[in-house]
Amino acid sequence: MDFSFSEEQRLLRDSLQGFLRNTYDADSRRKAVASDAGWRPEIWRALAQDVGVLGAALPEELGGLGGGPVDTMVVMTELGRALVVEPFLETVVIGAGLLKRYDSPAACAAVEQIIGGELITALAWGEPTSRYDVADVCTTAKREGEGWRLDGKKAVVVAAPWASKLLVTARTGGGQREAQGVSLFLIDKDAAGVSAVDYPTVDGKRASEVTFEGVSLGADALLGEEGQALPHVEAVLDEARAALCAEAGGVLSELVRQTVEYTKQRKQFGRPIADFQVLQHRMVDMFISTEQSLSMTFMATLKLDLTAVERAAAVSAAKAYVGRACTSVGQAAVQIHGGIGLTEELALSHYFKRATMIEQALGSSDFHLRRYQALRAELPAAA
Amino acid sequence: MNLDFSPQDIAFRDEVRTFIEQNYPAEVRAKQDAGEELGREDYLAWHRILGTKGGWSTPSWPVEYGGPGWTPIQKFIFAEENARAGTVPILPFGVNMVAPVIMAFGTPDQKARFLPPTMMGEMWWCQGYSEPGAGSDLAGLSTRAVRDGDHYVVNGQKTWTTLAQHADWGFFLVRTDPVAKKQEGISFLLLDMTSPGVTVRPIITLDGAHEVNEVWLEDVRVPVEQRIFDENKGWTCAKFLLAHERTGIAGVARSKRAIDRLHDIASEETVDGLALDQDPFFARKMAELEIELMALEYTELRGLAREAEGKPPGPESSLLKIKGTEIQQRATELAMEAAGRYASPHLLHNATGGNEAPVGPRSARGVADTYFNMRKTSIYGGSNEIQRNIIAKAVLGL
Ligand SMILES: Cc1cc2nc3c(=O)[nH]c(=O)nc-3n(C[C@H](O)[C@H](O)[C@H](O)COP(=O)(O)OP(=O)(O)OC[C@H]3O[C@@H](n4cnc5c(N)ncnc54)[C@H](O)[C@@H]3O)c2cc1C
Ligand SMILES: Cc1cc2nc3c(=O)[nH]c(=O)nc-3n(C[C@H](O)[C@H](O)[C@H](O)COP(=O)(O)OP(=O)(O)OC[C@H]3O[C@@H](n4cnc5c(N)ncnc54)[C@H](O)[C@@H]3O)c2cc1C
Repeated sequence: MDFSFSEEQRLLRDSLQGFLRNTYDADSRRKAVASDAGWRPEIWRALAQDVGVLGAALPEELGGLGGGPVDTMVVMTELGRALVVEPFLETVVIGAGLLKRYDSPAACAAVEQIIGGELITALAWGEPTSRYDVADVCTTAKREGEGWRLDGKKAVVVAAPWASKLLVTARTGGGQREAQGVSLFLIDKDAAGVSAVDYPTVDGKRASEVTFEGVSLGADALLGEEGQALPHVEAVLDEARAALCAEAGGVLSELVRQTVEYTKQRKQFGRPIADFQVLQHRMVDMFISTEQSLSMTFMATLKLDLTAVERAAAVSAAKAYVGRACTSVGQAAVQIHGGIGLTEELALSHYFKRATMIEQALGSSDFHLRRYQALRAELPAAA
Repeated sequence: MNLDFSPQDIAFRDEVRTFIEQNYPAEVRAKQDAGEELGREDYLAWHRILGTKGGWSTPSWPVEYGGPGWTPIQKFIFAEENARAGTVPILPFGVNMVAPVIMAFGTPDQKARFLPPTMMGEMWWCQGYSEPGAGSDLAGLSTRAVRDGDHYVVNGQKTWTTLAQHADWGFFLVRTDPVAKKQEGISFLLLDMTSPGVTVRPIITLDGAHEVNEVWLEDVRVPVEQRIFDENKGWTCAKFLLAHERTGIAGVARSKRAIDRLHDIASEETVDGLALDQDPFFARKMAELEIELMALEYTELRGLAREAEGKPPGPESSLLKIKGTEIQQRATELAMEAAGRYASPHLLHNATGGNEAPVGPRSARGVADTYFNMRKTSIYGGSNEIQRNIIAKAVLGL
């Protein structure tokens, strides 16, 4: 057993940390989030070209550095610590993570462009009534001549306002909520018949409601085999969930650090509020939840390459655990700060909001508890 | 012992229900339904209607000051019916906070000047207690008031002042004796918010709302006749007020409505083709919350019954505050959970007045912002840690 980082991973972490320290203070973030665009393309370019993190976990033959899930974990933790809104999760972990599984020229080219920072993608999987079930797909792709005709609606597609291409799950067979019959398409966001309503999210990102109305797609828009997309999508979403847990690790560590720091400064009744034991214990509990979350994140990250069942059970266990920590640590951090913790001006409140949204992103804690419970019967017996 | 309402109580309930149905302002209802931000006049409209109805705007006031003379149970029913109908709550700062202090400690002139307009919704009050350096340690406040003839000259900064942007008047705690023991050098002043030297600056909260403010006081001249009770005896008023802040503190009625709404959302959302309220994970959480609320409701009713027998208020106010706010917060947490991914769109109607296309089901709108905002309830009005300290000291004798 080995939980240590390699020399390369340490370098990656240090250079990313250094970069974010210089460019991603709370004020610049606030301005970017409030701007029309909602993000900073120059940060993205720098992450691609100067820091070189976009390709860290992607294959060398596509222009990446050939790392793996641990590299993604390292990057996501730092992005969480700095509360980065740019779409590393959506475009690199999920977008390139999916595209690299297919060997079509379009898919390979897209991965190379992503690594170079030239292409933003977003995965449109959730639908207005699907909650967190990836198989619950009503959007349809019907054969039309050589190609396809796409119709349907996708809900809260994070990063779609910044994307020029969308990855879309659509039903080419089977019934609603059936695993079989879901296909994956790569489409241009400006294709005729695609429309989007863009909006900010409470945690400083951007998302869209995307509607497809008779969108004509060429035969090459289909990735992989017709109706067989779900296992790939599930696998990549599990990688993304592990990455979200890693991001949470950064967010939670900051919530603990900032809270401990604040209680040492803030005086009431003639002494630092850190002296009050009831606050000390609550901070200890925040610390314990954070440590345990980091452990679960390691566990899930290292099990991503096991069988589908083992992988999914590990990831759901971690996501359920980390999600709950996000809620309890976030609430405690605000409570211990008192009134100031509720202000837009304090960075802490933004960490709290992101932690809250991580809890429900890619499946709430309840969703993952349920998924874990369903999977555990299929797990191989412990040796 | 019995749990039933009397026939008179039932008749009273029907009367209140009908009055609300027939008189609640339609424009305000429309704005509430659309999720629009309410302005000053919207807050005051219902208050004014109730004020003209024989003191219904001031259920807790004694008859001699224009109150309706209701029993504690009737007050409970009135609150319940208003919550059920989702009326805009009457803000506590005037009717429930400063008014009882004026009744207990004010001069006849002060009563005549301030109570009637407060009852009629013609005088909006804000509470100027907290300061940057004095939150939980309220007695540590440092805003100074120095006597100059028949005026005080006030300098200092208050903060977290709720809706001060709309306020006509504020009740302020100020330090009049800087050398005395900290509780013994404080006075209670009524301050005209339009006085020269008063500056109100918005504080934007994490949900993007403008609900609280900084209030800066620079050489503000306050006539001595606007001081309540003796100089340096303001802490007595403040403590008296805390004991009377109990009215509605538990928010039982409003929480019941929140739980009803939660059931509505949960019946619309589906998990694996099953309504969310049929999902054992979620249904259990709703049931637990409902039972918590039931316990709180009966604790409150026990207190009201004691009060009706003329016994002094017990130590329950801290208990009601702690459990009441925990329940309110939990309800917003579950509403956010029920909304699923549609909890995350941020609607800009609060801060900027923007009006973009609605996203997601109506029931999900703004649920995350409400959850964020409601974290305040365990912090303000004496944080829940402070409330536990009070029970530990005053009740358990620790
Ligand atoms: C099953 C069991 C096995 C044990 N095994 C061992 C052992 O192997 N070796 C050993 O050395 N001891 C052992 N102990 C003893 C244990 O260390 C003591 O019980 C413990 O230190 C508490 O001391 P006490 O019983 O005197 O309670 P007290 O110290 O009187 O404490 C009573 C309560 O007050 C709380 N409390 C005390 N001080 C503080 C404080 N400063 N802040 C907040 N709360 C406080 C405690 O948490 C407890 O709830 C064992 C005890 C038990 C019950
Ligand atoms: C939305 C909102 C509206 C408000 N409206 C008003 C208003 O209209 N008028 C007004 O005057 N004030 C108002 N307040 C202020 C409110 O009363 C204070 O925020 C509250 O008293 C806490 O003070 P603080 O924020 O300075 O926190 P602090 O006192 O700094 O507390 C920080 C943390 O330390 C804990 N703590 C402090 N002392 C102890 C102790 N002895 N033991 C254990 N824990 C302790 C607290 O519980 C809290 O968790 C409002 C606050 C908010 C958030």
